Amino acid sequence: MTKHHVSTIVNGEPTEFLCEPQLSLLDVLRDELHLTGSKEGCSSGDCGACSVTVDGRLVCSCLMLAVEAQGHAIETIEGMARGHILHPLQRKFLEHAALQCGFCTPGLLVAAKALLERNPNPTDTEARYWLAGNLCRCTGYDKVIRAVLDAAAELRGE
Amino acid sequence: MLDYTAPSTVEEAVRILAGAPDTAKVLSGGTDLLVQLRSGRAKPGLIVDVKNIPGISDIREREGGFVIGASTPGAVIGECEALRQAWPGVVEAANLIGSTQVQGRASLAGNLCNASPAADSVPALIAARATCVVAGPNGRREVPVESIATGPGRTSLGPGEFILAFHLAKPPPRSADAYLRFIPRTEMDIAVVGAAVSLMLGAGGVCTDARVVLGAVAPTAILVPEASAALMGRKLDETALAGLDRAARRACKPIDDKRGTIEYRTKVAGVLARRAATLAYERAGERR
Repeated sequence: MTKHHVSTIVNGEPTEFLCEPQLSLLDVLRDELHLTGSKEGCSSGDCGACSVTVDGRLVCSCLMLAVEAQGHAIETIEGMARGHILHPLQRKFLEHAALQCGFCTPGLLVAAKALLERNPNPTDTEARYWLAGNLCRCTGYDKVIRAVLDAAAELRGE
Repeated sequence: MLDYTAPSTVEEAVRILAGAPDTAKVLSGGTDLLVQLRSGRAKPGLIVDVKNIPGISDIREREGGFVIGASTPGAVIGECEALRQAWPGVVEAANLIGSTQVQGRASLAGNLCNASPAADSVPALIAARATCVVAGPNGRREVPVESIATGPGRTSLGPGEFILAFHLAKPPPRSADAYLRFIPRTEMDIAVVGAAVSLMLGAGGVCTDARVVLGAVAPTAILVPEASAALMGRKLDETALAGLDRAARRACKPIDDKRGTIEYRTKVAGVLARRAATLAYERAGERR
């Protein structure tokens, strides 16, 4: 099988990889680039655990072929903290105990960050609709939403 | 064995697709195709990614109307303020497809060519008299959106053909469209019924043009001329709405499944047609 050579930018770093055409971006992120923060929940675009951004646009990395990443900039959960300094969303998730098993957390954080970049002051309803594609079976979502809105307030300087 | 290619011109894409008519699959946003690849429902030998074709993921305004590239993601469609103003029903339908993540990729061409009877954007596009530009070995042809899907998972596209763009005209004065979908929850589900209505008002607020389209109640989205006729020449009074409701129910040929029985879908189709017509009527009345 022909392997394709793909040049991308991952979390700000120029990154190249070889991949077979049927592999998803999630497969390559996890197995080739060893960025295992993005999780495989459903592999059908329903759970959002594999959420990443491509050129700033939120997507499920399981619904993209890795070859489609050619020439595009990918941001994953690994690019969210600055060294040991957590992003406010990450900190607020800890403070509000917005996670239990943690499997959905990277996807929720990436999705929430994409929300706040577009809408720095979302309502509860807006946050819930934006995150409807991120399934969590532990928290019941209330703590997640509280953490997101609290992080939004901090980022606005309130 | 699967291969992948991403041609950067229409001509090259047509040549590649025509050269592998039985094994090639067009890749646009991929939110349906990748799921089908994984489940084994689709087993292409070659994936032809059309997104490198210039303009295929953009929206352009033209003579007050719009050219929407076939692969334009739902999120981009939702962010186009001029399009939202002109065709709110088309935009709300496109934006109902899947989650925020799915909206980041999912396209109108994919929604149409996946040919699910429950595709949300399709009834709204048909109600809006959208056309699509089909590229193929014999050049380009522009056809109404309703001519593409022929049954669940089947289209009228010939070997080597794919959709390049959708055209929406400038909306006439005092006209508007609306799309409503019924699902048992508020997000992340597939339509039990979808209803799109596009109408135009004349003197005294009577309907001088109407298009009523139902989704998820037949093998394809269906245009219901009898439902449109019930609105023509009338304000949206109870007689008009009752006629619309009856005609919508009569046009239904749904399936029974876990989302709804035949009886339930038929009943909901009438109710949803009423509500979509009411919404379109209100929007049209607010326009000059």
